[in-house]
Amino acid sequence: MKIWVPIDSAAKALGADAVTRALAAEAEAQGMDVEIIRNGTRGMIWLEPLVEVEIDGVRHGYGPAEPGDAVGILSGDSAKALGPVEDLDWMKRQTRLTFARVGVIDPLSLAEYEAHGGLAGLRRAAAMSGQQIVDEVKESGLRGRGGAGFPTGIKWQTVHDAEAAQKYIVCNADEGDSGTFADRMIMEGDPFTLIEGMAIAGLGVGATKGYVYLRSEYPDAIRVMRRAVEIARHARVLGADVLGSGRAFDMEIRVGAGAYVCGEETSLLNSLEGKRGVVRAKPPLPALEGFLGRPTVVNNVISLATVPVIFEKGAQAYADFGLGRSRGTVTLQIAGNVARGGLFETAFGISLGEVVNELGDGTATGRPVKAVQVGGPLGAYLPVSKFDAPLGYEELDAEGGLLGHAGLVVFDDSADMLKMARFAMEFCAVESCGKCTPCRIGAVRGVETIDRIAAGDAGAVPLLSDLCETMKEGSLCALGGFTPFPVMSALTHFPDEFTGQKEAAE
Amino acid sequence: MASDMSAASLEELRQIIDAHLHLEGPLLPMLHGIQEAFGHIPAEAHAPIAEALNISRAELHGVISFYHDFREKPAGRHVLKICRAEACQAVGGEALAEATLSKLGLDWHGTTKNGAVTVEPVYCLGLCACAPAAMMDDRVVGRVDTARMDEMLTEAGA
Ligand SMILES: Cc1cc2nc3c(=O)[nH]c(=O)nc-3n(C[C@H](O)[C@H](O)[C@H](O)COP(=O)(O)O)c2cc1C
Ligand code: SF4
Ligand code: FES
Repeated sequence: MKIWVPIDSAAKALGADAVTRALAAEAEAQGMDVEIIRNGTRGMIWLEPLVEVEIDGVRHGYGPAEPGDAVGILSGDSAKALGPVEDLDWMKRQTRLTFARVGVIDPLSLAEYEAHGGLAGLRRAAAMSGQQIVDEVKESGLRGRGGAGFPTGIKWQTVHDAEAAQKYIVCNADEGDSGTFADRMIMEGDPFTLIEGMAIAGLGVGATKGYVYLRSEYPDAIRVMRRAVEIARHARVLGADVLGSGRAFDMEIRVGAGAYVCGEETSLLNSLEGKRGVVRAKPPLPALEGFLGRPTVVNNVISLATVPVIFEKGAQAYADFGLGRSRGTVTLQIAGNVARGGLFETAFGISLGEVVNELGDGTATGRPVKAVQVGGPLGAYLPVSKFDAPLGYEELDAEGGLLGHAGLVVFDDSADMLKMARFAMEFCAVESCGKCTPCRIGAVRGVETIDRIAAGDAGAVPLLSDLCETMKEGSLCALGGFTPFPVMSALTHFPDEFTGQKEAAE
Repeated sequence: MASDMSAASLEELRQIIDAHLHLEGPLLPMLHGIQEAFGHIPAEAHAPIAEALNISRAELHGVISFYHDFREKPAGRHVLKICRAEACQAVGGEALAEATLSKLGLDWHGTTKNGAVTVEPVYCLGLCACAPAAMMDDRVVGRVDTARMDEMLTEAGA
């Protein structure tokens, strides 16, 4: 009997290890012959720990499982039975390209990885020239999933064209945005995909060395990635002769040190070099003068992990999905006060309302939705009146929103929007790299100004707007430059909460 | 400078530094290695690191102080990180954090009198779909309520 219990940190955080122990103990007590495989998560976090049992070749789900459910799960008679996992509505509605294997395979089994389409992309790329590889990425329409949505192929072209003895692929795995966990899920659930994507990038631009800058807040992902790199090296997927192509690519996992701003690519490069994570002025572009002053591709985990499927299925097959200039799939992360939270991969263009109300099934508390913060701590709070907005880079921008890394944090009607605006400023003050005054000092002033408003000084509202303008215009990077979005969206959409009258009214 | 460090510790320190020198950008991995071995970055480490990397001690101090992770003094036996970010706030994370701190009589970064637990804020653990989230050392916990928190604190000896 084959059983899967996720080893993903979200599943572990909800008790997956105890469930695994209970299943193993119960099976032994009954003298049953079971094989327990620890897989990644399918992304249905409200069902975690989601145990799967193979019955007649089909994987049946049981969740959310507790240790006490072990007996029922093993006998096939459990109140937690969900039926075949692939038939669940959440699974059927998705287009899983980047996440095709996550939750399906044992993350560290290279054999299973290959059996599910892994390495096909790298094999194809290994037979192509660097320019052909770059062209394929351009044709796919892939844009950076780290936040800015910059066309990946164009970035690769710049690095490809740069002349240098040493070039680098740097993967941005700093994933600091609240409400996001796609990077973590894929690194824990299908690490070889990221490795394969980085190897293809290396062959494409002529870089022989790669680094993953992985945040220290993700100890499980660090362990899995380190182990996966060793396995890949041993199997000659990495090394001096990638899959017998005669071309070299190797990589290392580096751990961040708890600074949000180090997700900004130039700050990340400084950090990787062992310096303070201060943002660098551009130009020079990292593509030309990046790590150690050499040409460097900096891409987000999901951007790079999407490259293998583009090469496996072909650029056009990928580009056929999507809306407008947002091609392919978006890996939505549904979080916060939501009944069904998790990861949902689908073509760009789905509406915000469909995600929150249909997929997320509304709030966890059962109260009305008040606002959704899309795109992390630098993204706007969108009210329910914006629920028709399609999720695409340009489409959301037109609504004053930011898709960013595609995290959605849902709030119910008890949310205090002034408090959330204050938090945005406070976060900016805590995490500012200190290089520019409007960010470093402005954010501190922002907190003070919001406190004045809260204390009843309505005259401070225009001051807050002015301050936000100054931060937008005078900041070098999006930390100072975009913090005004959550603040101003809260103020614009929920003006009643900025009158200082809230306490009195309640 | 007078040193509280034993000769054995100084030797270990020296070995950690040497083990990282071949890396491109060795400083962060080196600091992580030292903190893992000693629980913090001891003052005695500054001179040998600066010398090995050919940087000034001021520069080194600038790096250590920039990052939230590096400590100049040891933490408690366990480090509890409670997420303060938005998705956790959306489901009562702030109240949970306040209740925990007030129960322990601590502010953020504080350590219980018996030295068992240091409480740190963290901005997202990637557990935002099962918030509020916390992490005791390397162990993640989701949908934390006060009962679950009390259990964790008791286990940690707080
Ligand atoms: C303050 C700040 C934090 C950022 N954090 C991240 C991050 O955690 N992960 C990420 O991939 N990009 C982050 N970015 C965006 C990066 O600067 C950069 O655009 C991205 O890594 C490029 O990769 P992509 O083109 O694949 O998205 C951040 C930007 C800013 C301004
Ligand atoms: S905006 Fe803030 S974080 Fe960005 S460079 Fe300026 S000071 Fe640093
Ligand atoms: S916001 Fe708390 S875990 Fe992500």
